[in-house]
Amino acid sequence: MSIWSYANPVKFLTLSARVQPVLWVLSLAFVATGLIWGFFGTPEDYRQGATVKIIYLHVPAALMAINAWFMMLVASLIWLIRRHHVSALAAKAAAPVGVVMTVIALLTGAIWGQPMWGTWWAWDPRLTSFLILFLFYLGYIALWEAVEDPDTAADLTSVLCLVGSVFAVLSRYAVQFWNQGLHQGTSVPVATGGRSVDDVFFYPLVLCMIGFGLLFIALVFYRTGTEIRLRRAAALRARAGRAA
Amino acid sequence: MMPELGKYATEVLSAYAVSLLLLAVLVLWTLRRGRAARATLEAAERETGRHD
Repeated sequence: MSIWSYANPVKFLTLSARVQPVLWVLSLAFVATGLIWGFFGTPEDYRQGATVKIIYLHVPAALMAINAWFMMLVASLIWLIRRHHVSALAAKAAAPVGVVMTVIALLTGAIWGQPMWGTWWAWDPRLTSFLILFLFYLGYIALWEAVEDPDTAADLTSVLCLVGSVFAVLSRYAVQFWNQGLHQGTSVPVATGGRSVDDVFFYPLVLCMIGFGLLFIALVFYRTGTEIRLRRAAALRARAGRAA
Repeated sequence: MMPELGKYATEVLSAYAVSLLLLAVLVLWTLRRGRAARATLEAAERETGRHD
């Protein structure tokens, strides 16, 4: 069966109902195990002390804040090219999840930064691009709410998503582009594999990253179903209104 | 059994409290909105007599 068959809302909802229980259970298991292991079962860092335990929230949240935008980008491109409504609604459904992940990354970063850097905030390339990404998330959500016609809203938000992707990329690679600022390089660089995190911190961190990823997928599946049902209800009422 | 967090206890605990609270609010809001959407669709289907 082609992946495009899931552009049919009924098929998408059937698939969603089937995979969601597994996703919710696995995400809860991974997040709970990773956080409990990280919080209770890891030592202090020799330089950062107990603040290293913030890594189990900060890194997975930052990872998902950026990847949520990339998922929205792919869904937006599918909408623009193939006009599948489910993909536009999936992008809409992902935005509030992405914004919460961004807020968690920004807040935990500030709380971590204060004792380590001596400041809650610095206009460092990575922090600044992350703040701009947060503003793009807010703009994206506001645009969906502001435009009455859903197809026009999907068009405009898709274009906004394309523009915002520049800052999603910068959030990820700002440290490499501008070799300055307070923020350290990526803790777990997937491309090179040369991570800077010791094994004792790394394994619970991986569990948290997988857990946050699964939680994001579960939430997007559920929220996309919600958007499909709301769209269907509005369409039924509009059709009945025209017929009356 | 609480781990020894030393002089950074406030920072670590506040980071966990804020993050877990935000995640809980996100999940609960998502589930509540989903239930409301199901009810809205059922009402619309009843009103219009369409279930296709």
